[in-house]
Amino acid sequence: MSEPLLKLEGLRKAYPGVVANDNVSFQIAPGEVHALLGENGAGKSTLVKMIYGLVRPDQGRMTFKGEVFEPATPHAARAAGVAMVFQHFSLFEALNVAENVALGMEDPPKQRQLARRIREVSENYGLPLDPDRLVGDLSAGERQRVEIIRCLLQEPKLLIMDEPTSVLTPQEVEILFETLRKLQSEGTSILYISHKLEEIKTLCDEATILRLGKVVGECNPREESARSMAEMMVGQELHTPSRESEKPGEVILDLAALSVESSNPFGTSLRNVHLEVRAGEVLGIGGVAGNGQDELLAALSGETPAPSDAVKLNGQEIGNLGPNARRRLGLLAAPEERLGHAAAPDMSLTENALLTGAIREELVSGGFLNWPRAQGFAEKIIADFDVRTPGPGNAARSLSGGNLQKFVIGREVLQRPVCLVVNQPTWGVDASAAADIRQALLDLAAGGAAVIVISQDLDELMEISDRFAALNEGRLSAPKPAKGLTVEEIGLMLGGAHDMEMAHEVA
Amino acid sequence: MIRLEKRPQPSRTWASVTPVLAVVLTMIAGGILFAILGKNPVEAIRTIFWDPVFGEFAFYYRGQLLVKAGPLILIAIGLSLGFRAGIWNIGAEGQYIVGAIFGAGVGLAFYPADYWFIFPLMVIAGAIGGFLWAMIPAILKTRFNTNEILVSLLLVYVAEQLLASMSLGLLRNPEGAGFPGSRNLKQYEAASNSEIIAGTGMHWGVVAAFIAVILAYILLNRHMLGFQIRLTGQSPRAARFAGLKPRLLVVFCLGASGALAGLAGMFEVSGPAGQISIDFNSGYGFTAIIVAFLGRLHPVGILLAGMLMALTFIGGEAAQANLQLPASAIQAFQGMLLFFLLAVDVLSNYRIKIGKGEAA
Repeated sequence: MSEPLLKLEGLRKAYPGVVANDNVSFQIAPGEVHALLGENGAGKSTLVKMIYGLVRPDQGRMTFKGEVFEPATPHAARAAGVAMVFQHFSLFEALNVAENVALGMEDPPKQRQLARRIREVSENYGLPLDPDRLVGDLSAGERQRVEIIRCLLQEPKLLIMDEPTSVLTPQEVEILFETLRKLQSEGTSILYISHKLEEIKTLCDEATILRLGKVVGECNPREESARSMAEMMVGQELHTPSRESEKPGEVILDLAALSVESSNPFGTSLRNVHLEVRAGEVLGIGGVAGNGQDELLAALSGETPAPSDAVKLNGQEIGNLGPNARRRLGLLAAPEERLGHAAAPDMSLTENALLTGAIREELVSGGFLNWPRAQGFAEKIIADFDVRTPGPGNAARSLSGGNLQKFVIGREVLQRPVCLVVNQPTWGVDASAAADIRQALLDLAAGGAAVIVISQDLDELMEISDRFAALNEGRLSAPKPAKGLTVEEIGLMLGGAHDMEMAHEVA
Repeated sequence: MIRLEKRPQPSRTWASVTPVLAVVLTMIAGGILFAILGKNPVEAIRTIFWDPVFGEFAFYYRGQLLVKAGPLILIAIGLSLGFRAGIWNIGAEGQYIVGAIFGAGVGLAFYPADYWFIFPLMVIAGAIGGFLWAMIPAILKTRFNTNEILVSLLLVYVAEQLLASMSLGLLRNPEGAGFPGSRNLKQYEAASNSEIIAGTGMHWGVVAAFIAVILAYILLNRHMLGFQIRLTGQSPRAARFAGLKPRLLVVFCLGASGALAGLAGMFEVSGPAGQISIDFNSGYGFTAIIVAFLGRLHPVGILLAGMLMALTFIGGEAAQANLQLPASAIQAFQGMLLFFLLAVDVLSNYRIKIGKGEAA
């Protein structure tokens, strides 16, 4: 192998109370796609922030193109030839693509010139993008292309991508991979951060695995199985959620022509959603973020009212009932946003247990709160769902994302729902906790409840769903049995079809 | 370099220490202010904080303490409920005035009859007056989504005009030789809110304030409604998820604070003030906002803060009279108290780190 492009030696970064990275060393060769693997909290973000000049290492050294590399700011990192596409975009919705790109440049050329260059780059790399369109009108995948093109205009030697596929449809992922391969063939190195192991197997040449801030392994992902890499990440054997498949029972939840205006002016309204979920069944609902997932959850939880006959639970019309009336009947929900929606950040876990458990767990009598019972319920959730916290008196915001998610899901599961709706149940949760949560959902269904899982993680949905449907611009596709669905079929259901053609074919 | 670092959860120690720290800082900054004005700072601070309670003339001042603290606490308790839920009733002064007009109006309507039920009826009328005045911003907010801060504040000026019109017209004392102002209720036994224990300043309004403190404490700590109030203030979306009806809460919080402010006005007009007059209101409704925050929106805290604020009022007056301090210096001094409280408040949610910062 030739001289490495980037070489890290003994990097260490400590924050108060936690060592984010310790003695991390690896190297990336020119034209190599290098994967950085690890669970949430393994130290991937801190590491790339050091490379990108956002955080300074406490110890260790980096060399880039054979020279000592100590970027003090992202500006310095970019000047040296390092570019980064963040997981969360920094784009202005009210500006068009070219204006957004210009904002990120040190010395932007004239708009018309820039638009021409954007077209050139987008055609060269097969990233369809019109420089004159408003970013507010673009899909998540198109927005990501804006960020990528902004990076490519700097002609970087190293491109860092942080979880780039989490917002993409399978077809969009394919387009992105084509682009990355083309970049690679031109000699650009790519540092690819992800926890999606199948992607890493198809794309990456080398992988470095981090656990608790340390490098625990390096491998060639093409020679490993997804399972073996996952076990390296987690450091223990994974158990796959299992269940006995049973015949689904009676229809529990029935949505008929449910149309709801989004309460958020930038949200997606639900249009004519039809759905039946039976007892003992797990229905998976996929879709790219922002296609009506939040709205569907709100319409089911009762936060947004619907026509009374549009939502039926066990044959009873409940569309016009509020959240507590629905809880009383057994329809429970766990929203995606944990802090501020599913849980109140500054309140204790006991108070958060009360938040949805008041009715079914009988934590209130005559309007007065029964604090000992509420604390008991909180302690039960903590024990049954292995929530890591010193005790129920701690504030929700002091828990890590994964632990709080276990608490939120546990809180609903333990209330013995007739029908449970969850949105992104394992988002940001480490692999073993995610497996526990999925198992809990499957057990719930095995016990006769109807379960709806809304998620953007297709692997998760394929793993636990009996049937699969997709949300696209507020419309729900007809559910199909999950077993035997191909990636192409799923992609078409997700509505990836209108983005499949390559740019040069359009141009 | 000094940095602020967010605490994983709010520090309970700091939350209770900050008010004391704010008082100490106010004393220091106020002392400097008084020194610049050419007064002896130690003497000025002593006159404000010490003499009213322990000084030579304390027997007079101590009674005044409860008289001033009563309405402040009563109003602040009501306001704190709304403030916790993020519902900002800034117009307690107006509700106070309307409560006083309703209460005095009912009392005067019976003049000169002597029934036992006149005073209780006035109490109810006072509460209703304040409640109704607060319903204007409440209904406008729930129906048309208007801003309750602006509406309630502007209604204070409407209420002041109403007060002037009442003392010049409908409620004017027919035997008052044409002077503005109503009959003096102190001279009308059945409608008078007289001292319960002579010389203590303890009147029914102070009793009501103590009851309000206890009820608010129970509401916030033991009742579902109080839980929902706190939840709404912290995360409105979680509150909706928990099944709360936001409109109902707006009506409850504005209504409760209006009714308590109205009660305070009614007890004031029938007691210490004695009559409806053009300048009857003296800013209790606004000062109560400071009291509510100084007491960290906690019932017991408000009780203490109300006493402290009353002390600075009385001590401030004494300092004006004895040391010839200008009234504006006393107001600046009271303003400092809120300023420092809000400033040190940061410490309960953040800790200060001194040292080299991260580049971020």
